[in-house]
Amino acid sequence: MIEGGRCDDVRAVSCAPAGEIGRKYGLWNLVVENPGWPKVVPGQFAMLRPERFGLSPLWARPFSICRATDETVAFFFQAAGRGTTAMTGIAPGETLTMWGPLGKGFAVEPDVPTLLLAGGMGLAPFVEYILAHPNPENLRLVFGHKPEIECYPFEELTRRAKTEAYWEQKPGDLQAFLAVLDARVRDYANGLVLACGPKPFLVAVAKLGEKYGARTQVSLENRMACGVGACLGCVEEDARGHYAQVCKRGPVFWAKDLKLAEAGK
Amino acid sequence: MDMRVDLAGLRLKNPVVTASGTFGYGLEFTPYGDLEKLGGLVVKGLSLEPRKGNPMPRLAESPCGMLNAIGLQNAGVKAFLRGMLPQLPFKETAIIANLYACDPDEFGELASILAAEEGIAALEVNISCPNVKEGGILFGQDPAQAAKVTGAVKKRAGTKPVIVKLSPNVTDIAAIARAVEGAGADILSLINTLSGMSVDARTRKPWLANVIGGLSGPAIKPVALRCVYQVAQAVQIPIMGMGGITSAEDALEFFLVGAHAVQVGTANFLRPDFSFRLVDEIPALLEKYGVKSLEEYRGSLLAG
Repeated sequence: MIEGGRCDDVRAVSCAPAGEIGRKYGLWNLVVENPGWPKVVPGQFAMLRPERFGLSPLWARPFSICRATDETVAFFFQAAGRGTTAMTGIAPGETLTMWGPLGKGFAVEPDVPTLLLAGGMGLAPFVEYILAHPNPENLRLVFGHKPEIECYPFEELTRRAKTEAYWEQKPGDLQAFLAVLDARVRDYANGLVLACGPKPFLVAVAKLGEKYGARTQVSLENRMACGVGACLGCVEEDARGHYAQVCKRGPVFWAKDLKLAEAGK
Repeated sequence: MDMRVDLAGLRLKNPVVTASGTFGYGLEFTPYGDLEKLGGLVVKGLSLEPRKGNPMPRLAESPCGMLNAIGLQNAGVKAFLRGMLPQLPFKETAIIANLYACDPDEFGELASILAAEEGIAALEVNISCPNVKEGGILFGQDPAQAAKVTGAVKKRAGTKPVIVKLSPNVTDIAAIARAVEGAGADILSLINTLSGMSVDARTRKPWLANVIGGLSGPAIKPVALRCVYQVAQAVQIPIMGMGGITSAEDALEFFLVGAHAVQVGTANFLRPDFSFRLVDEIPALLEKYGVKSLEEYRGSLLAG
């Protein structure tokens, strides 16, 4: 079977900071035209290359798909480096090259109690996950964040699924959050545990999944150039010791298929 | 415009060939275009046995370019021939195998395996990879070594044209080109990546786990043009030019300094349909510039 997305030149509908606080932290929402994509699996991503990049920055940037409707595709991103900072200048109508939807998304098992664990920007794919899920009463979202919660596309999720948010403000908060994760993963040991966020967070979740025997998936965000499985730049070592392309075999992996839980052992 | 080119028996329907290591095994790009549209496709470097490749991180972006130190991760020649080649449109598009080995004997063995394959149009010998400890660039930096490897492959290649891929990381690229021509190379492809590195001033760490990698992309185009220009004067055999092509205009520049065909590498990362589009854009631009044929245009650089 041939997998992969399609490549289109699309126009930006809007690009705006997530409120005044969002601007402070460099958190932005980008909405582009949907060029007629197939149905998105939550957790899939797209490569975006705004025309304004010219020849530098060179690469497109990978972004988790935050929301896809028939008309538009929305992304939630942080201005962290040269590429994403340049993207904050995108004006409505501007052209971007976009290829997607790409990679393997999260498992969706409508009748299975599902725990969604998000750290910071890792919230993005769970927006689509929760809003597109047929039985949101089976979902619980646990969200850890540092900037204020208003910067994140969190509120509309609270109306559809069970949610809880933890704001890391002082030393010790992280430990408390990890204790919550431990308790929740234990509760969902017979369900499905899905995680997206920084690598240390994913390592912690993978260890908990192993500890409680929970079926656990994690979404990785390794640096990428092509997004289609060709350049071999984004690889992650799998459980057999082979390098797997995150863009193609992931970005969502079953935690047991990687070596994450072995970190620090 | 007739875009067919014949490079020492390697017949291409057009002069656009995707470069090794940037186009996977071709199959990754089938959602974005018809592989039959391409003149040729050089697959990811193949070795006798599978190779795991270098540790991460393997990529770094640089101004108008990128560094890579993948380390020739590949499934091995047998897995390629069994699993991937049958899926490629080898009757329509020239499928070119890129060979990597640690010594001339191993190169010869690889060549004999590939020479027996109907689906392989030509062999490209990688004597210029900067990212592996043994072989690779070491063969490409010494005329005698380069000739030895070329000879070993040519002897076992049967009727397949042998392409030798040259490194720019040498003092006199024309001398290497002449040496491999003398050893039986049918075609030259150039340039491979420029040796480079990138470091993080804040963390004091190199951006690549391998520390040193290969620079590609528009940043290297002037170096590539110079190399093709010099080699075209030095040898009689045809040349595939590459290095930083991101437009039809860039491709024409390579024809102008003497290339018979071009290879597209890093631009495949700028958009996955790039090479497919370039196939149409090159004749359109040649016509716009009033060029009658590619043949007439090739090497027609005027005096400065």
